[in-house]
Amino acid sequence: MNRALIPLLAFIVLVVFLAIGLTKDPRKLPSPFIGKAAPTFNLPLLHQPDKTFSPEYMQGKAWILNVWASWCVSCRAEHQVLNDLVQNNKVNLIGLNYKDEVVDARRWLSQLGDPYQLSISDIEGLTGIDWGVYGVPETFVIDKKGIVRLKHTGPVTRKDIKEKIIPLLKQLEKES
Amino acid sequence: MRSLLIALALLLSFSHPLLAGVEVKEFDSPQQEQRYKKLVDELRCLVCQNQNLADSNASLAIDLRNQVYKMINEGQSDKEIMDFMVTRYGDFVLYRPPFKTSTFFLWVGPFIIFIIGFFVLIRFIRQRKNVVSTLTDNDKEKLKQLLDEDKEQTK
Repeated sequence: MNRALIPLLAFIVLVVFLAIGLTKDPRKLPSPFIGKAAPTFNLPLLHQPDKTFSPEYMQGKAWILNVWASWCVSCRAEHQVLNDLVQNNKVNLIGLNYKDEVVDARRWLSQLGDPYQLSISDIEGLTGIDWGVYGVPETFVIDKKGIVRLKHTGPVTRKDIKEKIIPLLKQLEKES
Repeated sequence: MRSLLIALALLLSFSHPLLAGVEVKEFDSPQQEQRYKKLVDELRCLVCQNQNLADSNASLAIDLRNQVYKMINEGQSDKEIMDFMVTRYGDFVLYRPPFKTSTFFLWVGPFIIFIIGFFVLIRFIRQRKNVVSTLTDNDKEKLKQLLDEDKEQTK
């Protein structure tokens, strides 16, 4: 083999690795919560602040926790997808309103539609920290035993719903 | 020209990294303050991924700085605070990730590449030596002649 080709080959290998790196989204981090118990909290409901919600109430049901905020631009893009999701499927969708103003959040839901069974307010963002939220919107799927099974960072697309979330929920329904 | 200079000076003063993370925090002891500074320096901001908590102005970074501050005041150890962050955000939150199988190449890779480079260099140097020593007596004679001619000409 021609020795002059060695640097060229090394270069090609480097380019291949860099090209693979470019296709990956650095914002998609592996969540340390997968397979672990969902962090607990007790937060007021967005529409009835005198009542509270806690993940324990969902024991025995597979459910989705969607972290959203009215100031979050990509949540707007995601919102219609969620509206369609609850219209076409029987899912338990809970909204975690993250670091938002109650008034803004309520207005947002009344204007764009409310896909959530209920929304809870995390005004301080402390529950967000407990759930490792770093880029709203984020979506978690929790199984009947309260174990986090999937985390999706960034807006959920119709493709994600069809290929990831619905199949997982179907599988979780079958589990005891 | 002068106004341009002033504008430039202003711009530079605003871009100073010390300006990020400006909330005033009061500590009971200088040791606690040192620990706080060290921790926010070592923890990554997950929103702006190439900044640490100390440098970032993202709202999550502010919350996490407050969290570190709170935990220090509650008397929690550095390890407890690091563990708190890792259980929530994963190893990525650490600027110095722990050594384990998934980070093996991250830690050892540079040394492997260094060793490979070292051996390639040694081989390269040896080959050059061989080139010199393969000159025959005839070649050496010629070389001497050429060098002498060169000297003559430059005189």
